[in-house]
Amino acid sequence: MKDPGQNKISLENRFEALRFFCAIGIAILLSFVIIILVSREPFTALRNLFLGPLSSMRRFGNVVELAITLTFSGLAVAVMFSANQFNMGAEGSFYAAGAVAAMTALGLPLPPVIHPLFAILLGGLTGAVICAIPALLKAKWGASELVSSLMLNYVFFYFTRYFCNTVFKDPDSGYVSTYLLPLTAKLPRIIGGTRIHLGLFIVIAVTLLTVIFIKRTRWGYALIQTGRSPGFAGYSGINTSWVLIYSQLLGGFIAGVGGSVEVLGMYDRFQWQNLPGYGFDGVIVAILARNRPAWVPVAAFLLSYIRIGADRMSTATDVTSEMIAIIQGIIIMLVAAQAFMSRQRQKMLIKEIRSHG
Amino acid sequence: MADIFHYIFAVDFAYSALRVTTPILFAAIASVVAERSGASNIALEGIMLFAALFGAIGSGLTGSLLWGFLAALGGGLVIALLLAYFGLFLKTDIILAGIALNTLATGGTVFLMFAIIGDKGSTTSLISRSFPRIDIPLIRSIPVLGPIISGQNTLTYLAFITVFLVWALLFKTRLGLRMRAVGENAEAAASVGISIKRTKFTALIISGLLAATGGAFLSMGYMSGFTRNMVSGRGFIALAAAAMGQLSPLPTLLASLVFGFFDALSNILAAMRIPDEFVKIIPYLATVAGLVIFSALQVWRLKGKRAEALKAQGKEEKSGA
Repeated sequence: MKDPGQNKISLENRFEALRFFCAIGIAILLSFVIIILVSREPFTALRNLFLGPLSSMRRFGNVVELAITLTFSGLAVAVMFSANQFNMGAEGSFYAAGAVAAMTALGLPLPPVIHPLFAILLGGLTGAVICAIPALLKAKWGASELVSSLMLNYVFFYFTRYFCNTVFKDPDSGYVSTYLLPLTAKLPRIIGGTRIHLGLFIVIAVTLLTVIFIKRTRWGYALIQTGRSPGFAGYSGINTSWVLIYSQLLGGFIAGVGGSVEVLGMYDRFQWQNLPGYGFDGVIVAILARNRPAWVPVAAFLLSYIRIGADRMSTATDVTSEMIAIIQGIIIMLVAAQAFMSRQRQKMLIKEIRSHG
Repeated sequence: MADIFHYIFAVDFAYSALRVTTPILFAAIASVVAERSGASNIALEGIMLFAALFGAIGSGLTGSLLWGFLAALGGGLVIALLLAYFGLFLKTDIILAGIALNTLATGGTVFLMFAIIGDKGSTTSLISRSFPRIDIPLIRSIPVLGPIISGQNTLTYLAFITVFLVWALLFKTRLGLRMRAVGENAEAAASVGISIKRTKFTALIISGLLAATGGAFLSMGYMSGFTRNMVSGRGFIALAAAAMGQLSPLPTLLASLVFGFFDALSNILAAMRIPDEFVKIIPYLATVAGLVIFSALQVWRLKGKRAEALKAQGKEEKSGA
């Protein structure tokens, strides 16, 4: 005898997979149409967009490098959104943590292995604080976390940039940046011919830990229940305010680790003069992965692949890489659309019932 | 320090505060309309971006202010329609849809700008039209107040008029009543035959057009032409203003003026010897502070009311016994 509940879950999963691929299919079609409309060399553009990342080891390396970053921000946002909080603080966390990690690298002379670890830890704590503030404001006074987190992104961005552009600024670098980050603090490259760095192992570890946290711990369970139905979770004895806060602390910590790893792994100096956008990319990744940590790396890889493809397309042809923003927007809305293909779902359900009836 | 006060109490400052309030006010009122009917319009930022771009390009290509303005409205409407379609018909969480549309607009405007005029940074290669400033004959000659109120951009006046129009729409028309009914209790509204979807759809379109007018002001008034990311968070500041105004038009106007004040302050400080970062931080910090103070006040007021209600209940029970 099969448990009927089991069947329902598998049907649900199958349907979600189907819908996901339909959304991707629509997005690919849409990019065809857009490129053919605006480009004078549409086929070169399309080839670069879809195959560009595979054209050399270095470019495929770029995909992996970006996927590391996007996995961090995707995990961060997935954890925060799981509590049904639209906290956009991952963006500010990413920047500020990167800046803090760079400042730690420059300002604290430490021995090799401890140096990056300490910088990443401080970066992670920075991120945790930044993402926890909107949650605190929400829990205590009901202030919209979406608005406050977006505003705080700018606040922390300008605040940390000030220190990087004054105290740690290298006047001789030829552009606005900090001094060279010391080698003791940097994460070593691990694959020749690419810039893939030790962060790859860190991100794998963080992903596993997040999956275990969500699936196997009491706090993770409380988080998921609170996200599904805060009222019910409250009645069943879960302290929902506390869930709200630790979930945002954890999400922010992951974003902060991501920002620090990015800076210590990829750059010689800290030189971000604008918000890098990785936190917002995390929202895209989390939605694609339907907030499931185990799927975040897959979604991050997909997004990263298409981003690097778009970069190739824009250097090789007359279509700019920003085109991808349109495609992303449509994919997110389709993947999150409950009524998208709901008739198909109904059909699958009926078929399932008949075959077991 | 004395210098700052010297600047703030000048007529120029009040004039520029009204000017920078304009786009925030349009967007905040747009949020009021949407939120009142129970459909959150988080895509204000994206709507304004699209409208600003389309306005600049439309007026630049046609050489006509009217066509430019219509293009701006059309551009904003594209985003508003997408929001309404996904949020209402495909049942995407409307906040997620709004977030998605904002990211779509951030890159999409750059993509379109490059596809149409071959520039990724701004539309300076086009000569776009701007809305004229209006000198109001009698008011102009009032001392102090005259130079502040008179000589503002057409759309600045329109923004203030819109506050009253939206108030009238919400509280004096059938459509407004329906919107509020759907916003307060959708099922009850549906039970008396009001179509929830149609009402929310209408509200989102009106909201989109209002925000689009704010976007048009940015590229056809505040500045002449579009630069990438020119909305820079104003759509979100407007959300805070609408929340602080408790979704009522007049208090929302006041909240918008407060944020306009800080925006103007940051513009003035930029001319002084204060690090760029600390100047730019001001409007955002003010928004967070405003949002928190206001939410806190509201919580305390609610607590007070609840305590009163409990007290009254206790008395009743006593007298009953």
